[in-house]
Amino acid sequence: MSDLSRRRLITTGLAATAGVLGLGTAARIAQTYGLIPPDHGGFYGLGETLTYASQRLLTRHSLAREFRPNQVSKPPLANEIPPLTDAFKRLQAGGFADWRLFVDGMVARPASFSLAQLKSYPSRSQITQLACEEGWSYIAEWIGVPLSHVLEVVGALPQARYVVYRSIDPVWWDSIDMADALHPQTFLAYGMNGDELPVGNGGPLRLRLPRQLGYKSVKFVTALTVTDSLKGFGKGLGSASPEAGYAWYAGI
Amino acid sequence: MARLESVRMPLGASVTSSAGSVRATTGTSRHSALVRITHWITTLCFLALLVSGIEIVISHPRFYWGETGSVLTTPLFQLPIPSSRALVPTGYGYVLPDQNGWSRYLHFQAAWVVVLTGLLYAISSLLTGHLQKNLLPGKADLSWRAFSFAIAKHLRFERPSVAEAWSYNVLQRLTYLFVIFVLFPLVIWTGLAMSPAFVSAVPVTVTSLGGQQSARTIHFFVSLALLFFLLLHVVMVCLAGFRSRMRAMITGHASLEHARTERERT
Repeated sequence: MSDLSRRRLITTGLAATAGVLGLGTAARIAQTYGLIPPDHGGFYGLGETLTYASQRLLTRHSLAREFRPNQVSKPPLANEIPPLTDAFKRLQAGGFADWRLFVDGMVARPASFSLAQLKSYPSRSQITQLACEEGWSYIAEWIGVPLSHVLEVVGALPQARYVVYRSIDPVWWDSIDMADALHPQTFLAYGMNGDELPVGNGGPLRLRLPRQLGYKSVKFVTALTVTDSLKGFGKGLGSASPEAGYAWYAGI
Repeated sequence: MARLESVRMPLGASVTSSAGSVRATTGTSRHSALVRITHWITTLCFLALLVSGIEIVISHPRFYWGETGSVLTTPLFQLPIPSSRALVPTGYGYVLPDQNGWSRYLHFQAAWVVVLTGLLYAISSLLTGHLQKNLLPGKADLSWRAFSFAIAKHLRFERPSVAEAWSYNVLQRLTYLFVIFVLFPLVIWTGLAMSPAFVSAVPVTVTSLGGQQSARTIHFFVSLALLFFLLLHVVMVCLAGFRSRMRAMITGHASLEHARTERERT
């Protein structure tokens, strides 16, 4: 080995050491500012953390693209859904009159809401794209109440950091940070393209999150829990997705 | 053996295209440590991106143009392969297992590593003069005469001249420049254009391409171009002398004697 390449090796070594020390400091800062995703452990933790942290720094307040009414996909694709539970079928037979959305956790006034109550709040609509991690996508008009409004009604506490949401099928649950929970385009959607939200698209109630891929927009939502930590939920990875091998953060 | 009588050449020493000016038996640094390290990290990342990318495509082997596309839309084209989703009509009687979870984790992790490595390479290439010395073609090389000579040489599958053990020829330079400064930026751009969060902050990334599905389709074709480059690159390395070229990219040493014996043997 020549002197020159030895010198290079030493320089590279020093740079690598500085890099590792820098990473340690960066990790502490990231933890303080909520830039670490719950599924940061393991082999893919580095990539996930870099993605989540950089997108949070870049996209905390950015708005998903909205489209013109003539860009709406007709018909919107209803992706495959797991077999409907008996509980769901009973509620469906009753026209979802008894559907409830339960909200608890770090809130001043835990409550449950009927669909009629949710529809009595100021209704909003957005024409946004739903992109699936598989590669397909469609554009639809989504009608609903912003999640931030419901969080205001129940009085989410200032120390809240995440909102956990659950489908009527208990195997399907997920969570988002407050940047997404309070985002103006994060809806509890009950309508689509000027009509009721079809069951195939997640009706009667779907959490709609246009800045993340489709699998974060959980269908048939019945419960929300506001929390400051995801440790007590499932395996503590933030949602059912990482437990099944998929990333918690799906803004990529 | 060669080590004892080795003559050290300055790093990145440029060698003119006439073989006569190259000193006879030397064993010295052909590729800098930075080039070698970034080369192999990029290789590993590209293979990871390729495998995971193929797995992701398998979950929806249909391609569209514009903003949207799904099984309800007429595709631009569909790959004649089975799918890992039952919803996709493929003509095959079976559905492959879903591999998208780890594929997506791996795809984005490898993308981060290769982007950071690429930045390190690009910046240091500018600073150390690697770009000017080793990649930008010399004035003489850009004449039509020199250019057609190089192409004819490649078409005749002629063995590279000994000088080429030390310096890239003009076609190599142009290809590497195209891969580094056109294909890689394009594949990163079209990848980011598929991210709903990223385009919420920088919408022009996707609107300039005509939509999310257009970005996906371009991403696919640029990846194919990169795969084509990889295959061509490996074939050229084999033709030029696999052992000497690998040795140069792993240890940094290139010995002309070594290259010569290999040329004679093959």
